[in-house]
Amino acid sequence: MGPLVPDIISNEFNFIIAIIVGIGFGFALEQAGFGSTKKLVGLFYGYDFTVLKVFFTAGVTAMVGITLLSHLGMLDVSIIYINPTFLWAALIGGIIMGGGFIIGGFCPGTSVVAAASGKIDGWAFVFGTAIGVFAFIEAYPLVKNLLIAENLGDLLVFEMMGISRELFALIMIFVAAIAFIGVGLIEDKVNHTKTKWFKNSIIKYGLSITAAVIIVLVTIFTPTRGELMDQRIDEKLAAGDCEPQLMDKDKLAFELMHNYYQYNVIDVRSAEAFKAFHIPTAINIPLEELHKTEHITHVVQNIKTNVFYGNSFAQAQRACLVAKYHGRADNFALNCTALQFNESFFLLTDEQAPDNKLDGETFVFRKNAAQKLKEIGEAVANLNKPVVKKATRIQGGCS
Amino acid sequence: MSEAPKKYMNPYLAGFFLGFILLTTIYVSGRGLGASGAIKSFVVQTVETVAPDHAASNTYYINQKQSNPGGPLKSWLVFEVIGVVIGAFLSAVMSNRVAVKIEKGPRVRNGVRIGAAIFGGALFGFGSQLARGCTSGAALSGMAVMSFGGILTMMSIFGMAYAMAYFFRKLWINKAK
Repeated sequence: MGPLVPDIISNEFNFIIAIIVGIGFGFALEQAGFGSTKKLVGLFYGYDFTVLKVFFTAGVTAMVGITLLSHLGMLDVSIIYINPTFLWAALIGGIIMGGGFIIGGFCPGTSVVAAASGKIDGWAFVFGTAIGVFAFIEAYPLVKNLLIAENLGDLLVFEMMGISRELFALIMIFVAAIAFIGVGLIEDKVNHTKTKWFKNSIIKYGLSITAAVIIVLVTIFTPTRGELMDQRIDEKLAAGDCEPQLMDKDKLAFELMHNYYQYNVIDVRSAEAFKAFHIPTAINIPLEELHKTEHITHVVQNIKTNVFYGNSFAQAQRACLVAKYHGRADNFALNCTALQFNESFFLLTDEQAPDNKLDGETFVFRKNAAQKLKEIGEAVANLNKPVVKKATRIQGGCS
Repeated sequence: MSEAPKKYMNPYLAGFFLGFILLTTIYVSGRGLGASGAIKSFVVQTVETVAPDHAASNTYYINQKQSNPGGPLKSWLVFEVIGVVIGAFLSAVMSNRVAVKIEKGPRVRNGVRIGAAIFGGALFGFGSQLARGCTSGAALSGMAVMSFGGILTMMSIFGMAYAMAYFFRKLWINKAK
């Protein structure tokens, strides 16, 4: 699951990736004509809208791609770098940059491209950028407050508009398509030309836009892997088949006391509940995360017998079905909840001693079991625990 | 090198290619592309080398040092921009576009063009630090991940450039009268 850094590709190798994507970036910009200041500035005088065409196409392509990868469960959008929104800094910084654009005729990326292809004005702009950055650093104490004012965090534009990511992507495709037609008309007017609409190009562009729209529609209308699984499990539950095998609490206690290494006890409650109490030797994987690739490997294994328990029997049952869905048939659901197990064993007080409910033998067994399980639990506390990987947001951006 | 420069790529094709590169970057590295950040790294490195005493007394440099223990140049964007230089050069060579020259609007003196480029660059450099990214890092990458701040910066860059276009037209479209 992406992003591949830092789990699959190390942070060191990431520098090599940087060079490779940089080559692609520079190549694409130069081929598009972004090394030429006249082509860039054409955007603002209406004679050449290449910048808008390239920029919008690139943005929409990446946007649709991210939407698709996220839908397929291949990219975790919750940890990719989102440019944070600092309202005033974003606005005023943008305004200053806009002035720089029209006066200097480049932006930093394109000036590097121009410099690489020998343009002296490109070098001058790069030099100017360095001066501007230096000035900012020297003025830092003065602008610091402006820099951090109105922090809206990692605000996403579609969240702000109250619509879904997919719908926003769809809107952007249409906005881009309309803009492309519009700027073509403006170019014609300014340059006194007339664009010929060849049948071939109409078909080509039409198909490209349709393909993008279809991809987004697919992400809207098809369920994700997790949703599909939930749907199938709901169907099975509704049909009433596949009742999981039950594990009695006393049987579990006995087995854990004598053969704990044969059992993979999985607590599907939240991490907080797990921390407050859990059956000794149990590992914690919240139910809603159970199907994720990094967790399911703890469940689909051939060495130990799985025993699931949760806040309710339904939770344990569902966990069994999730495991079964991923190819592990041999699962048990504990026939009581976590709290009931706690009460039956660890919270057993002497006042409850042989009364109507509990015969003497069971009472003694549970008392002993509680003691023994506690010891075993402490001894194997860190065995087989899923490694808690804290997925932190990746740092990016230009500042 | 005497061959005529080739035509530029179809803008939509170039845009698709660029978008694909950006998508790959986000998929692999979890972050977008950028440019001004690399220039900042060079500035910080230069100041640290030339005037270490000054760097030690300014909070900004101290913060930079703490967040980049490997030195300012050991940053993702520096490597990426090295790639940009290579990629742009290769592309320009392939399309016969390498030429040492100054590009400018008609009837603009070289000195004016260079001065404007330096001044415009300075504005861009300052603004990019304030907005936490330039056209690449904030506008393009921000748009791809649908960041509100990124899109806001994009709109204010282009909006301002359009608003000022009239006043600076002599730099670009000064026609003979």
